[in-house]
Amino acid sequence: MSTKIVTARVGVKDSHTIAAYIEHGGYKALRKALLEMTPEEVQAEVTASGMLGRGGAGFETGRKWSMLKQDLVKYLVVNGDESEPSTFKDHLLVENDPHQLVEGTLITAYAIGASRAFIYLRGEFAFGLERVQAAINEAYAYGAVGGNIFGSGFSVDLVLQPGAGAYICGEETALIESLEGKRGYPRIKPPYFPAVIGLYGAPTIVNNVETMSNVPWIVTNGGKAFAALGKGRSTGTRLFALSGDVMRPGNYELEMTSKTFRELIYDSDLGGGLKEGRSVKAVIPGGVSAPWIGPDNLDLPLGQDEVAQAGSMLGSGSIIVLDDHSCAVRAAWRITKFFNRESCGQCTPCREGSGWIEKIMHRIEMGSGTESDLDLVLDACDNIAPGLTWPPQQTTICVLGPSIPSSVVSAIKMFRDEFMIHIKEEGCPFVH
Amino acid sequence: MSFFTPENLEKAKVLVGLYPDRRSALIPLCHLAQGQRGHLSHEAIEEIAELLEIQPAEVMGTASFYDMLHTEDVGKYLVGVCTNVACLLGGGQELLDHASDVLGVSPGGTTEDGMFTLEEVECVAHCDKAPCAQVNYRYFGPLGNGDFDTLVDDLKNDRLSESVPPHGVLSRVFRDAPPMVPLEIIHQERRKMDEAKKARLAAQNPDAGGKQ
Amino acid sequence: MSTDAPQNLITISVDGKEIHAKSGELLIEAAEKAGIFIPRFCFHNRLPQVGVCRMCLVEVKGPRGFALQPSCYLPVADGMEVITDSEKVKKAQDGVLEFLLINHPLDCPTCDKGGECPLQDQTLTFGPGESRFIEEKRHWEKPIAISKLVFLDRERCIQCDRCTRFADVVAGDALIEFFGRGDHTEVNVFPERPFTSYFSGNTVQICPVGALTASPYRFKARPWDLSQVESSCTTCSMGCRIMVQSSQNQLTRYLGLDSDSVNHGWLCDKGRFGFEAVNSPERVTAPLARKDDDYVETTWAGALSQVVEKIGEAKAAGDSHRIGFILGSRLTNEDMYAWVKLAKGVIGTDNVDLNMGDGLKGSIVAGLPRATINEAVSSKAILAFTGDIKEEIPVLFLRLREAVKAGRTKLVTIGTRANSLDGLSEATARIGIDELKSFARGLLKDGSEFGEIGAVLSSQGVGSDGDGLVVLLGRENLSVDQSVAEAFALELARALPKARFLITLRSTNFSGGTDLGAAPGLLPGRSLLGDVSEALAERWVTTPSHAGLSVEGMLKSALRGELDLIFVVGADPRADFIDSELANAALDEVDFVVSVDTYMSETSSRADLVLPAAAFAEKSGTTTNFEGRIFTLNQKVTPPGVCRPDWIIASEIALEMGEDLGFGSSSEVLDEIAAVSQLHWGLSWSRLTAAATVEGALVPLSPTALSIRRRAMLDQVSTPGIASVWNQGLAQSKTAYLDVDSADGSIDPASRAVQGIGLPEPLWPMEAIQPAGSLSLDYIRKLYSRGEHLTRSPHLSELIVKPKCRISYDTAKQLGVKTGESVRIIDTGGGEASFEAEVDDAVKEGAVELIHGSFLVSGFSPVRADKAVNYVKVERA
Ligand SMILES: Cc1cc2nc3c(=O)[nH]c(=O)nc-3n(C[C@H](O)[C@H](O)[C@H](O)COP(=O)(O)O)c2cc1C
Ligand code: SF4
Ligand code: FES
Repeated sequence: MSTKIVTARVGVKDSHTIAAYIEHGGYKALRKALLEMTPEEVQAEVTASGMLGRGGAGFETGRKWSMLKQDLVKYLVVNGDESEPSTFKDHLLVENDPHQLVEGTLITAYAIGASRAFIYLRGEFAFGLERVQAAINEAYAYGAVGGNIFGSGFSVDLVLQPGAGAYICGEETALIESLEGKRGYPRIKPPYFPAVIGLYGAPTIVNNVETMSNVPWIVTNGGKAFAALGKGRSTGTRLFALSGDVMRPGNYELEMTSKTFRELIYDSDLGGGLKEGRSVKAVIPGGVSAPWIGPDNLDLPLGQDEVAQAGSMLGSGSIIVLDDHSCAVRAAWRITKFFNRESCGQCTPCREGSGWIEKIMHRIEMGSGTESDLDLVLDACDNIAPGLTWPPQQTTICVLGPSIPSSVVSAIKMFRDEFMIHIKEEGCPFVH
Repeated sequence: MSFFTPENLEKAKVLVGLYPDRRSALIPLCHLAQGQRGHLSHEAIEEIAELLEIQPAEVMGTASFYDMLHTEDVGKYLVGVCTNVACLLGGGQELLDHASDVLGVSPGGTTEDGMFTLEEVECVAHCDKAPCAQVNYRYFGPLGNGDFDTLVDDLKNDRLSESVPPHGVLSRVFRDAPPMVPLEIIHQERRKMDEAKKARLAAQNPDAGGKQ
Repeated sequence: MSTDAPQNLITISVDGKEIHAKSGELLIEAAEKAGIFIPRFCFHNRLPQVGVCRMCLVEVKGPRGFALQPSCYLPVADGMEVITDSEKVKKAQDGVLEFLLINHPLDCPTCDKGGECPLQDQTLTFGPGESRFIEEKRHWEKPIAISKLVFLDRERCIQCDRCTRFADVVAGDALIEFFGRGDHTEVNVFPERPFTSYFSGNTVQICPVGALTASPYRFKARPWDLSQVESSCTTCSMGCRIMVQSSQNQLTRYLGLDSDSVNHGWLCDKGRFGFEAVNSPERVTAPLARKDDDYVETTWAGALSQVVEKIGEAKAAGDSHRIGFILGSRLTNEDMYAWVKLAKGVIGTDNVDLNMGDGLKGSIVAGLPRATINEAVSSKAILAFTGDIKEEIPVLFLRLREAVKAGRTKLVTIGTRANSLDGLSEATARIGIDELKSFARGLLKDGSEFGEIGAVLSSQGVGSDGDGLVVLLGRENLSVDQSVAEAFALELARALPKARFLITLRSTNFSGGTDLGAAPGLLPGRSLLGDVSEALAERWVTTPSHAGLSVEGMLKSALRGELDLIFVVGADPRADFIDSELANAALDEVDFVVSVDTYMSETSSRADLVLPAAAFAEKSGTTTNFEGRIFTLNQKVTPPGVCRPDWIIASEIALEMGEDLGFGSSSEVLDEIAAVSQLHWGLSWSRLTAAATVEGALVPLSPTALSIRRRAMLDQVSTPGIASVWNQGLAQSKTAYLDVDSADGSIDPASRAVQGIGLPEPLWPMEAIQPAGSLSLDYIRKLYSRGEHLTRSPHLSELIVKPKCRISYDTAKQLGVKTGESVRIIDTGGGEASFEAEVDDAVKEGAVELIHGSFLVSGFSPVRADKAVNYVKVERA
């Protein structure tokens, strides 16, 4: 059994309550940090852990904290907006171990000297909101949050903020705008990082729920122990959300790089393989923003750089499997439709381009496309992500824009013949 | 005349007091208003604007950005069927079609008795239970057609009222502790920070022109 | 890298060309100055940048090579390398244009903007011939009215965020917003809350497409039919620079011009849409002589001889002092000067004034040390004791708001009542009239009762001599006599000799009029009656032997039967004089009233002789704003009928009397002004127009006044009318610098600097005693207070404020009235009138608020000219 960090308590009875949490070692790390360590020492452990952010961009957490502009007022915002299609790892964590998240958040607040901390949770997580609010209430009662925590002299408040249904609010600057009570418009760069100008214009750290949930373990066991897991830049464990055409979809916490895509999909205690007689047609790693990979890449280890080298990304750690009975055109169209619905509408190429591309893709899937539509759609994609390279260039403000072409371009590149069948036969050859 | 009930008005004031900038309470207040009325009425928007000291157009502009905030009435149960890619592979589109048949409305529509509004939704992070649906943001899945029929039947007969409150009620757990670090402290430091920044800017650019 | 760059400038490379730019300047602007125009939609130089349209993408070299960046959002940095003309840039920009067009209705033939639309222009210039978009376009209900003045067509909107940014950031009226998300985003208003901003017209001007249109202009003309001249708005004393456009001899539209010193391109709606009044069919178009209760048209010859006959009769009855001249502040400087010369220099009376009891004494206006708007907005601090700037000089409010929000200055306000500036001020003191004296004397001294205000000023570094302080001085509450504001100003000027003043009176050309002697006791050039210059003596037949009367003085004198003849030129004292009872009773007593007017106003419709005057844009000339800045006014259309410019009418009267005023054109009037007035020395029409300066010329001229100003520059995206396509591709030549002085000999104004005339001792009025059972009166003005300008403009007239009476909750409770019920107000003269009550806690307790100009009730005048402070009684009606 490999090491479990963030899901260690999943399955424990009443794991969401403070009693169970404390019984299983909870809030020790916070005590240790507050009473025995300086903020710098906490930061040093996290830096030593090498932990990459779990939100999608994969930026080193310790480095991000060190970039925080030192000023009188600073904020910590936890990104629990989890809306990247097929990503459902944070969902598990907030419902099953909310105290772990709260503890990690408080340790981080201490480490960076936050004036106030916010957990922004996706609005649709009604149950998660109840669990996290209850946990915060318990933590206040327990003295783990608020004034003079555990007698350490450190005080910070923690506020739970619900979202209200907008994928783009997962993008950290849009999330900040949303938290400020505004439309979730991503901010234009520069400044490149909220660590310089963030919430209310003050330096702000934004970290993902899973990232925060790892922090207590790192403080307890030390950054080195964390770094000992995994390989290269991919340290620690990751929660992989596996979905699509597999027998056992679900969340699997695995030591990074310890398994390959194939093992994740086929191992009987993991994905459990595909339906009888089917084979993998394509895999979408790291959320629908990522380019697809083909069956030839199944032996790649589940590591940050390994996937990047194959021309895609590990992103949010979600993995969708398409088997050979699934229609690539339909999947790519549906993903475009998602981006069209979720474009914030702020910048022209994404607002208008997403709708146009979606319409063309839909037309092709429904059987009224032409061959020239393929060039047209690729050219429209090119006007959003010039060159159609990976990592992409962009004409847009945020990276939602260049995420639109990923699936379309992958599908056309990998399954052009399938497009042609749709066009020639004036319809989708697959039965749904 | 107040839109919020006295009890909710109290809650609203607590929410406003949590943030260094009161406008941050906008979404929480909209949820609170939806919890009271089932949707976000114009009356509620005007009152929220007043509480936040901004214009109703600003509240409306923000609220209308978000899918969960409904400025028009919706059914008691808002049924959202996910058709995003993981669910699509698991039959989400077929489930949506079936739901449409069973409820007798197309996505976006509300049944005549005002019980159900059907929506096609994007991924709700329940993909391991594909195809899935949410009812007032409570999750169900995987759902075969029969499971869906049972779900509807349960909702109609109030068998799920415990876990699925009427639309608009989101979290039933409220914050029970006031913040312990007074906002005034944050504001004070904030002001100091701003003054320092202005001084820095002024030093850099002594002849700040007439530009915004 | 930047070794050869002039000081403070850095060097960047654009398309291989080295250009100099100010550090921190936006790339798009730096490139434009160097003659490289980068297309754009959302960028506007007076708005915070958002970089959303993505039209301005160019390649900029970064650590990972060249990448596309929005040039409107990127500040230049030394050594920056930029490419604006590569294939990649062109493809990105074409792509954005195509994206913008896919959902655009392309209804150009029926769109007001067609012909001056950058989207259309850029499509024609660069766009593809055929659309690749064959899907169904997005649909919205076609134009919806979002206010009485503005229509919105959401199908045409390109979501550039200009209107919404303007409304929120500049105007502070976040009444229009983006609703929805993604490609369903629309601009809209909240239901039942129309876009009632005073500044709404600016959004129409800056909208780069035809999404926002103004009801007064809709379908009036096609851009290519328009012709235009530069001018200045004369609706209030700000002097906002405008482009006046007309089609077929009818005014069709004003557009704001971007002037750094004045309006930054903005206008208020009252100014912008007031052109309708000029077009009004109700204009007086021929001289009208009164016959019993009616008027008959007469000839100019007949009218002039009657005028001269009356002048002769009045002189015969006593002397020239039985004649009075009430001049209106809408007159140009040339009109002012001609009438002043006729009155003072030909007839010999000093009874000339333009203060309708809502202003300040001319000699004090002329004597206070002045500041400019730009000095005020970058001063250490501003102290405001003035009427409500947002209601009276709206665009000044925008300038102040912008400066305060940006933290460039701090504002403190004092006054008897709440005012729009309070929202911007760091400290506010509600002050009683009796406290003003000690406030003025004690400010910035230890132990002042108004410590909070003093503390703000001190912490801002205002010197104890007032150094760095700018005072906004106006009529804070019209129910308090002007002598109070005057004494206050004099007191402040003594206590803080280095403080400077912005005289924020709203009357259009009060400043020019005062400078030209249109006030008792003054001669042209801010000089006193006694100071007759050689140049003046040469050109004037006579000068008044002794000081004459103010408007108030003339009216009182008329009431006593001491005035036989009154000329009312461009004024309407029966409606506008602060004590309407006095004005009406007095004018009824005068033997003969000559009214020079554009409409049959309250005054002209009861005058004995009405002479038709040319209106705004029907004549050329100059006007002076409250800073003392002179702008050109240009003729655009010909006046109707036989209307004449006011200065010609004065000349003709003089001629009829056998005297030649000595000028045959308005530029010759200006030449004479420059000759007789030290203040105006160096000024000439050719100089003003050759410099073609949007900034105007501040008098007295400084060495740089006319030399290094930038030419009028319109927002390139919403460049109006005829020049649209031309402008899109045009850069440098249009912003050329003109050096007038070197072309035109030397100027040495320093040696001629005009000092203000000496200031008198402060004279505080006797303390007022509040009669038992009375309430104090807040007598204020609103932007849409009734006036000819509004009543004759069909679209603006709908906005005229209703005659309401506002009271506080406490007062309402005591009186037992509710909003919508009626109250009776009894003035100190015993006159009474009924008003609809509006209960509002913004009104202070124990006060009632009435709006000057919102009513005209015979026998009733809440303000009486002989009272220092006015109180009224209020009863439930
Ligand atoms: C369109 C878009 C959506 C995103 N959605 C999420 C999300 O739902 N949750 C998340 O944690 N990060 C999301 N991110 C990444 C965040 O911007 C940010 O990088 C992350 O929250 C940082 O946390 P980490 O460093 O702990 O990974 C998204 C980014 C983009 C561009
Ligand atoms: S790329 Fe799309 S989501 Fe991102 S800012 Fe632009 S419109 Fe909004
Ligand atoms: S993004 Fe630069 S002008 Fe719009």
